[in-house]
Amino acid sequence: MATAIGAITHEKEGSGLWSWLTTVDHKRIGTVYAISGFLFFLLGGLEAVAVRTQLAVPNGTVLDAERYNQFFTMHALTMIFLAIMPMGAGFFNYFIPLQIGARDVAFPRLNALSLWVFLAGGFLLNSSFIIGGAPDGGWFGYAPLSGIQYAKTSGMTFYVVGLLTLGLSSLIASLNFAVTIINMRAPGMTMMRLPVFIWMTLVVVFLLILSLPVLTVGLLQLYFDRVWGTSFFSPSTGGDPILWQHLFWIFGHPEVYVLILPSMGIVSEVLPVMSRKPLFGYSAIVFAGAAIGFLGFGVWAHHMFTTGLGPVPQVVFSASTMAIGIPTGIKIFNWLGTMYGGSIRFVTATYFAVAFIALFTIGGISGVMHASPPVDTHHQDSYFVVAHLHYVLFGGAIMGIFAGIYYWFPKMTGRLLDETLGKISFWLIFIGMNLTFFPMHFLGLAGMPRRIYTYDADLGWDKWNMVATIGSYTIALGVLVFVINFLKTMRRPADAGNDPWGGATLEWSTSSPPPAHDFDVIPDVRDRDPLWYARDHNIAPAPVPEHLHIHMPPPSYYPLILGLGVLLLAIGAMSHLAVAALGVATAIFGVWGWALEPTD
Amino acid sequence: MGGTRTGRLILTVGAVVVVGVLTGLIYLAFAESVDAIAQPMTTWVPRSDNAELVHGVYRLIFILAGIVFAAIMVLTLVVSILYRERPGQLARQFHGNSRLEVIWTLIPVLIVVAISVPTFSAMAATSKPAPDDALKVIAIGHQWWWEFQYPEQGITTANELHLPVGRPVSITLTSKDVIHSFWVPQLSGKTDNVPGHDNHLWFTPTEARPEPYLGQCAEFCGLSHANMRFRVFVSTQGDFDAWTKATAAPRTAPTADLAKAGEQQFVASGCVGCHAVQGQAAAVGKIGPDLTHFASRTTLGSGIMDNNPDNLRRWLSDLDSVKPGTVMGEFLKGQPLSKDALDKLVAYLEGLK
Amino acid sequence: MAAATHETQHPTSTGIDSRKVLMWIFLASECLFFGSLISTYLIFKGDSISGPTPAEILNIPVTSASTFVLLMSSLTMVLAVYGAQHGRLGMMKAMLLATIVLGLGFLGFQAYEFASFVHEGLGLTTNQFGTTFFVLTGFHGTHVFVGVLYLLSLLLAANRRTGLGRERALHVDIAGLYWHFVDIVWIVIFTIVYLIPNN
Repeated sequence: MATAIGAITHEKEGSGLWSWLTTVDHKRIGTVYAISGFLFFLLGGLEAVAVRTQLAVPNGTVLDAERYNQFFTMHALTMIFLAIMPMGAGFFNYFIPLQIGARDVAFPRLNALSLWVFLAGGFLLNSSFIIGGAPDGGWFGYAPLSGIQYAKTSGMTFYVVGLLTLGLSSLIASLNFAVTIINMRAPGMTMMRLPVFIWMTLVVVFLLILSLPVLTVGLLQLYFDRVWGTSFFSPSTGGDPILWQHLFWIFGHPEVYVLILPSMGIVSEVLPVMSRKPLFGYSAIVFAGAAIGFLGFGVWAHHMFTTGLGPVPQVVFSASTMAIGIPTGIKIFNWLGTMYGGSIRFVTATYFAVAFIALFTIGGISGVMHASPPVDTHHQDSYFVVAHLHYVLFGGAIMGIFAGIYYWFPKMTGRLLDETLGKISFWLIFIGMNLTFFPMHFLGLAGMPRRIYTYDADLGWDKWNMVATIGSYTIALGVLVFVINFLKTMRRPADAGNDPWGGATLEWSTSSPPPAHDFDVIPDVRDRDPLWYARDHNIAPAPVPEHLHIHMPPPSYYPLILGLGVLLLAIGAMSHLAVAALGVATAIFGVWGWALEPTD
Repeated sequence: MGGTRTGRLILTVGAVVVVGVLTGLIYLAFAESVDAIAQPMTTWVPRSDNAELVHGVYRLIFILAGIVFAAIMVLTLVVSILYRERPGQLARQFHGNSRLEVIWTLIPVLIVVAISVPTFSAMAATSKPAPDDALKVIAIGHQWWWEFQYPEQGITTANELHLPVGRPVSITLTSKDVIHSFWVPQLSGKTDNVPGHDNHLWFTPTEARPEPYLGQCAEFCGLSHANMRFRVFVSTQGDFDAWTKATAAPRTAPTADLAKAGEQQFVASGCVGCHAVQGQAAAVGKIGPDLTHFASRTTLGSGIMDNNPDNLRRWLSDLDSVKPGTVMGEFLKGQPLSKDALDKLVAYLEGLK
Repeated sequence: MAAATHETQHPTSTGIDSRKVLMWIFLASECLFFGSLISTYLIFKGDSISGPTPAEILNIPVTSASTFVLLMSSLTMVLAVYGAQHGRLGMMKAMLLATIVLGLGFLGFQAYEFASFVHEGLGLTTNQFGTTFFVLTGFHGTHVFVGVLYLLSLLLAANRRTGLGRERALHVDIAGLYWHFVDIVWIVIFTIVYLIPNN
């Protein structure tokens, strides 16, 4: 099915539901990732607001202990695995091919598969709320509390199976993106000309590729403990709960960088464009990102300073953790150096990007503080750590994602988000976020432990808890204004033009939204900032050859079938062997059809 | 205004003032939140030798953090204001500056060195083994209460730890079920109680006082994690000796009729299956707290409420709403106590001085 | 498995086919998977409260034979790749078949070993050795089984009228990467579980 647009012929995409279910277009997959990630962000936010409401006053009665434990566990799981990672994956999907000058990712059908498996995992995790109770053992699922002896409901089984499913999705997506970045670059797009966002993505996907299998092993062992009666982690029968902590954090700490590095990449795209000058210290930022990723594998036990590691491991992990402060500091200075001497256009995307620098710095500083084991014996599991991690993940990751949304929205939809509503929303989120999380530093200093559903009035914790709760409502209001902005903008005509910001990277050279085949002509890259190079050297866009036929991969429903097989297998792992067998059969059918399906 | 040299100077000073005021406000809030009277769980007021050592590093790191925070905020604000777009001002095109980059690589390196040296020397000092003459205590975490054993004095008690001032105490930490974490902020940072492992912690309390040092479990341990609190009483050696003597003794036998009936009720209701009362032959249970001197303890339910007859009655009649998830709550749901049984038990237990 | 969009039209940035790069990176991930399982085995080594212990139950001569079978399968796999690359289709098919048979032979040995262990009283939950042994070798066996299915599908496809198409050598080569990796992992497991003295 070919249709003519000018001189170019290509396959036309439908717009019905079936065309979305069978799509292999990286932009559509990215859009579904981003939208579902944002919806999960709203859900996780509601859980957070419920938790904050319970803690607003001493001896709160809004949530009982059981609900509270489910809500804080699901808040973390949702925000990490179902909101921040998928929103990042949305940007990866949409912009990797556009920024490296490719027409799609290396494996379009695998890309669709990772989306369906992600949705299956999100569905599984959240369905636990109505089937027997959600996971309630914390996102870190420490043994033996996560074992069948202490977590008797099916909640933690949902946790195991849900995370295995989501891990599979992330692994597939990561492999795909890694190959795409390594192998699908346009001519002249050398590694040291890659946009920083792409570099950070490359670090992220390698972190996932190398850390997810460790989590997978831990989860499988926990599954065997819970379902088949082994004792990997149960001390009464020879197991060791500390082993779980090692396996979990060898994944869990790189995961922190998985969450923050995409936003570092986004900020490194937004700041140069809005400052109208090249990124300061490109190589340093790239190497610092790679160093953070590399060191990120050698710091996991700083989550375990209070478990009795012994002094030598404490010193080693303390030193490696502090060392991460060095590349992080380099990045912060380089972003400020990018703004220095610029002519900065303060649009909403810039506000979020600058806020990222300030807020992430606060999270970074407190991170170096509890890299010191003696200090950590106070901070560990107190609200000081809650403040720290939210400055990194909200002040860092989420602020960066918002910067990315405002920056790339015109490319994805052809429409510029409303600036007035955008700035109102920014200030509400910025003020709300500081009201919520800065007081948690004080609460930590005043000795308030994490994950407690209630506290007494005579401990001096009531005032700052009330402030934090007010802050969380302010954030919610800011997010609501953003949603209104989104809905309002989508009703306006698509008149943003191809390049509203004067961008430097390849995605701004194609139309908004881009055509299915991304580029009429694959660009020839001669500089790190190809569009600025073309502008400064008066290079006209390459002429579009007549009668060019661009071949794009046809839609396929096999990824959906394979995804369904994975979902059935996961359900079977929690219920009945027959369901699992049906899942395997479905998956084999999917793989078979997939392999034989013509793609030419 | 930002175009001229004076304008830039004014903006820069303005940014410094704004960040200065902000940092000052944060400092005031900080100073307030480390006040030990208003916040008895404060991490900032050390009352033991090892806590003092840790505090030295703690304070240094907070000061450095404050300086870095203020510096980066000033820089961010200054570049944001100075280089905001204005007519006629073009962005200067450059890709980097090697000298600057070397300098700002060295700054974090220096800060890290400044933190790591005192950190590691404090660790060397606090990770030494406890002195031989230290008082030995075993602290066992349970869902959701604390068992404290004094092996040399032959004492087992719960949720209230008594220590003499000026003598090192060596605490062995472990758990009967899931992971807990022992934390009395004014006396020591936290150390986990891990089932199957023995962890060690020692310190020398430096201030005897009538009001207790408050502690709380710091590792999420299930439904009633929030209700796993405890207290540490630091007293003079003389008071401590008196306490050990009294606590090592068997229970005070009940004299009043109601209390005597309560002792029988204690057997009849099955309490003895889980609770020990030294001196009462049938009460040898090990699952719940030792109740030999229950009435001498200031709180009940692992530090969640004052120990008085009204609260005890609530505890025995409506346990699940006071402290969700306990074994005892489950047990009492199966066989609730009659009002008559409650009266007897309260009379008996509140007599166990 | 998945065909890429452009390889046939454009050379890749590295010059290596994307599917081959995919397999290499996937195997890097697998290294960490088996690394974690092997670490778990080593952590619990000697921690079994009750028997049977590895010294009592491991049958090293039998497992040496099965290891030899798996090693030979790597040789036949190399020959299959050679056949695919040089257009010697008969050799390719025969060697694929031989590799499959040797892989099944290894799985047969493993089934026999598991059955005899269970017969001698070592089950999954008997002690820490049983747990870590069955989980580690079980996951390896699963990988061999997946490899057998993978090669079998190649063999079936090779017997179609169109054969394996113009990318025949690539398909067999990538399957070979996977197969050799699974073999190498077994060498590590065999050394750690069977050869290093157990006490």
